Amino acid sequence: MSRLDLADVSPIAEEAPLLDVQGLTKLYGGRVGCEDVSFQLWPGEVLGVVGESGSGKTTLLNCLAARLEPTSGTIHYRMRDGEMADIFALSEPRRRLLTRTDWGFVHQNPRDGLRLSVSAGANVGERLMAVGARHYGAIRAAATDWLDKVEIETQRIDDLPRDFSGGMQQRLQIARNLVSNPRLVFMDEPTGGLDVSVQARLLDLLRGLVRDLGLAAVIVTHDLGVARLLAHRLMVMRGGEVVESGLTDQVLDDPQHPYTQLLASAILQA
Amino acid sequence: MMDGTSATAATTTGYNFAYLDEQTKRMIRRAILKAVAVPGYQVPFASREMPLPYGWGTGGIQVTASIIGQADVLKVIDQGADDTTNAVSIRKFFGRTTGVATTERTIEATIVQTRHRVPETKLRDDQIIVYQVPVPEPLRWLEPREAETRKMHALSEYGPMHVKLYEDIARYGRVTTAYDYPVMVDGRYLMRPSPIPKFDNPKLDMCPALQLFGAGREKRIYAVPPYTSVKSLDFEDHPFTIESWDEACAICGSTESFLDEVITDDKGGRMFVCSDTDYCGERRKESGDEPA
Repeated sequence: MSRLDLADVSPIAEEAPLLDVQGLTKLYGGRVGCEDVSFQLWPGEVLGVVGESGSGKTTLLNCLAARLEPTSGTIHYRMRDGEMADIFALSEPRRRLLTRTDWGFVHQNPRDGLRLSVSAGANVGERLMAVGARHYGAIRAAATDWLDKVEIETQRIDDLPRDFSGGMQQRLQIARNLVSNPRLVFMDEPTGGLDVSVQARLLDLLRGLVRDLGLAAVIVTHDLGVARLLAHRLMVMRGGEVVESGLTDQVLDDPQHPYTQLLASAILQA
Repeated sequence: MMDGTSATAATTTGYNFAYLDEQTKRMIRRAILKAVAVPGYQVPFASREMPLPYGWGTGGIQVTASIIGQADVLKVIDQGADDTTNAVSIRKFFGRTTGVATTERTIEATIVQTRHRVPETKLRDDQIIVYQVPVPEPLRWLEPREAETRKMHALSEYGPMHVKLYEDIARYGRVTTAYDYPVMVDGRYLMRPSPIPKFDNPKLDMCPALQLFGAGREKRIYAVPPYTSVKSLDFEDHPFTIESWDEACAICGSTESFLDEVITDDKGGRMFVCSDTDYCGERRKESGDEPA
């Protein structure tokens, strides 16, 4: 299936994509991280990236989120003023500001994305303070509001994240990212390491947030169940390359590539 | 002031004027000039071993040594007092290596080297105050990597600093940082004012005297030029406040100075006295209550 076809059937069609990735390659010396990845992401769309461990999913995500510099290829992002900006041609201050305000990054391990030594409220409020919020009451109100949205009891606002359960930490990390009203969120195995019932609640929450806020998201996961629930479109990666892409149901129900067929058939049938 | 080229006045022979060799002084002066040109920016310099342990003011001493001249009058204070070990040692050090006049009176001094306090007496534009700095980097508590903190300074990414203040208010209802309270210099660089009480922070703002900061172990010099804005960080709804006391100084009766609590016996007896001994003594002289 070509990219053009994908654009036509994209669930939320707008005149211009939010993210336009062309020929993205990341080499670690001679070894391939990811190779020649191209896709476009529209506002409000959730793209799932699936594949086994070592298939280059996380490398791809880190390049997209400007956390790793790609060896070749371009990433263009549509800024709020409509301009398509080359992420790696932006000045560093602008890029850092972008990643802190318009983007979010949810780590697999919430400990990587949280400040464990400061309270939940401060964790959520940090982005606001980073862009100049200087009113304690307002910051606290926003933090309370977001804790409520991610279903953390608001009276725990002054507790340290290390006293939270794994699921709560993950939800706190999501609140910390979404407080700045980003338009694009990158998630690396957001449900990894959580038990099934907590996973289900988190998926429910994510689905609601993505729908209500019109977020675009790139979600990396090895769990096809998560991908089916959250993603509108899927990219299947293997050995650093995208072997198949298309609408989620299409890819999972009618896989074309042998590897995808293998993956899809490995899901336990209910 | 910078004419310290001969060793003739030194009372201890065998050393150059003010201990440091002239090349070292030039190197430090260059760092100072750069620091003055970029207020609040930490300039790296090749800090030397000094005949004092780190933590005793090796940074301040190197700065003082490179700006002091034979016509200068030096005052050294430690915790506001002129007669504490650290102050006495440093004053004696410069007395022996330069032979310049030393004083305990703030108004007579041309250079004041200080640790933990800014004199209560208002400084003038012909004076220089040298601070001893243990840790120059205000962002260190949240970011251990030097490369990253430098980048944060370069890009003015100071938002996370407010996380610390937020955390104080959330836990204790107010900002509990009482000393070394972070400040913005000239609206650009975040700076640690050295461990002075936040009571002294307002004195840094628009101060007529040149303020130099030396960190010997961390090898950094920074400066606040005369009449430069220095603002303490705060929230709009939790503005910056300084300490206040219910009592006046038990010796001079001042209600405007920073007071130390002194325990006088083991039965709960205590008194509050000015931490600035010179200020306290001057006030007693003025009121005719001459110290014995």
